[in-house]
Amino acid sequence: MKPQVAFFDFTSCEGCQLNKLNLENDLLDILKHVDIVEFREAMDDKADHYDIAFIEGSISSPSCVERIHDIRRRSDILVALGSCAVNGGINAMKNLHPIDEVRETVYGKDKYLFATLPAMAVSSVVKVDYEVRGCPMNQQDFLKLLIALVLGKQAPKYNSPVCVECKLKENECLYNRGMVCLGPVTRGGCDALCPSFGQFCTGCRGILSNPNLDGMLEIMTNHGISLDEAKKRMLLFNSNEVQL
Amino acid sequence: MSRDLNINVHHLTRVEGHGNIVVNMKEGVLETAHLSIVEPPRFFEAMMKGRSFHEAAIITSRICGICSLGHQLTSLVATEDALGLEISEQTVLLRKLLIHGATLQSNVLHAYFLAAPDFLNAGSVFPLIATHKDVVLRALRMKRLANDIGDIVSGRAVHPITPVPGGFTRIPEKAELLEIKRRLLEEALPDGVETIETMKSLAGAIPQFERETEYISLKHPEEYALYQGDIFSSDSGSVPVHNYLDVTNEFIVEHSTSKHTKYNRSSYFVGALARWNNNSSQMVDEAQAAAEAMGLKPNCHNPYMNTIAQVAEAVHCILDSVRIIDILIEKGLKNEKPNQTPTRYGRGVGSNEVPRGILFHDYTYDNKGNIVKANCIIPTGQNLANIDDDMKKLVPEIMNKSKEEITLDLEMLVRAYDPCISCSVHMLEVDFIE
Repeated sequence: MKPQVAFFDFTSCEGCQLNKLNLENDLLDILKHVDIVEFREAMDDKADHYDIAFIEGSISSPSCVERIHDIRRRSDILVALGSCAVNGGINAMKNLHPIDEVRETVYGKDKYLFATLPAMAVSSVVKVDYEVRGCPMNQQDFLKLLIALVLGKQAPKYNSPVCVECKLKENECLYNRGMVCLGPVTRGGCDALCPSFGQFCTGCRGILSNPNLDGMLEIMTNHGISLDEAKKRMLLFNSNEVQL
Repeated sequence: MSRDLNINVHHLTRVEGHGNIVVNMKEGVLETAHLSIVEPPRFFEAMMKGRSFHEAAIITSRICGICSLGHQLTSLVATEDALGLEISEQTVLLRKLLIHGATLQSNVLHAYFLAAPDFLNAGSVFPLIATHKDVVLRALRMKRLANDIGDIVSGRAVHPITPVPGGFTRIPEKAELLEIKRRLLEEALPDGVETIETMKSLAGAIPQFERETEYISLKHPEEYALYQGDIFSSDSGSVPVHNYLDVTNEFIVEHSTSKHTKYNRSSYFVGALARWNNNSSQMVDEAQAAAEAMGLKPNCHNPYMNTIAQVAEAVHCILDSVRIIDILIEKGLKNEKPNQTPTRYGRGVGSNEVPRGILFHDYTYDNKGNIVKANCIIPTGQNLANIDDDMKKLVPEIMNKSKEEITLDLEMLVRAYDPCISCSVHMLEVDFIE
């Protein structure tokens, strides 16, 4: 029997799900090897058990906590898909502000109408077996993991900086062009997509497991931005991962 | 008819985000009919505080994956307005090309993948692969080309990379644009013609329901407004974009984590049908003819026809993209650097038409170029009150149908708006209680 695969979205922009529907050239081939049994953004069906559950989005409300427990209970393998699920991603920026202030900014006097929690990685609530990083998740990364899981193999893990891939592509360093880039401390695997298009790395794939953060901050401040700005830039996608 | 009816569709499928449809009727009297928005709040306005103008669009594109390009460009326009950053004609043309790509992608996705399964009694597009393979392949082909416009011009269709304040970090090559043009004419245009035929064959399944409402979109003196213009209401005419708060009048309702809006009436409509009703004569002729062939006339008051307006727009986007590419190439692509030197600091407002309707971003910057205050008003949020008003008129009209048929009509109604709940916060469930 083909593996039963499901996709779930939590607090997120659903861009990672969309990126799967954007695998136009591969979609029909994928469907030859797996059965998609639940994918709310695209279909009505629901199922009781999943061989592989892909989770997009952060856990950020009491109902999210309940729901992820229910899904975990019914899943053999659970994969966090994209920054929001892997480490809280951009949602976790709200954790940098007092939660009452955050509520008040958006809902004013009705701030207690909707229950909210700090934005958390899926792995802070239930066990996560695999992850696909990036904002949005990289389609080829996703395909590699899916193929590995379907074949019962180990999926590749990245823990070298974006700079490695950027150098292999022979890009001019963005610091030479007056930009401030997080490539040196950010996990690669994206083929240095943003620097290759002339834009600085935003750190969307998370920080390396052994980063030299002080060195990174020094490079950034040596290239014209304040320490405060440098810290904010580093926290953009990594508010839950980095203590500065 | 003294019927009791209780519908609760929990987490409506084939829409972007989490919402529930809730209908409650007691002895033939409608007590509740609304779309409940249960998406967890995202708090973007709070997250934006203190962030640099270099980061604003990177953050706000993450409001929504489907609408990321629209959020990004609207954010850039607001930032440029606030900081006095002039942009080049080439930048404007490339942005318009990107909007066409994103609109084409989104409209095709909605018409084929999210709406069409209802017309064919399927729960998703996946069973249609077996029964209507040529149609699915055509949809995938159109989507791929639309996404390729995003990938080539902006680096990545979802969460674009190259559009930054003041311009682009990379300008596409002439050969890349010529290849897009070739595919638009040789692939997308014939596929668009076939799409019109497909939609004509499905038109009989579109529910006949009319509710005249206020239609709000941008309006541009020279073109079918997608990138910038003035706000236009079908009730009361033009309003400058800077006065958008006079139009949106946001308010909080308990059944929605997304705020509602109203202007001249209790609700208004934004999106493809509003653009069609306000600006159809500015669409390219072929798109107007396509609309007519699919039974869409000016001043259409059937919300289910929004999907048809989207298909007509897809034709417009294909042909107008070719026109834009021709201008870019005729003028010669220049390797311009983005203009990122602020000439002032303060408040700026940006507004564009994104696939689901008119979008506003409003930022105030301090004199270091960091955000003090941010406000984003999202199309789906603006449609929520209108959807609720539609449901209140629709349910009594279809009371003689079975509960399943009523539920389907309601689901199709909500889907016709192509709601994007991540954007509005996120969306939908329907509960029947009998």
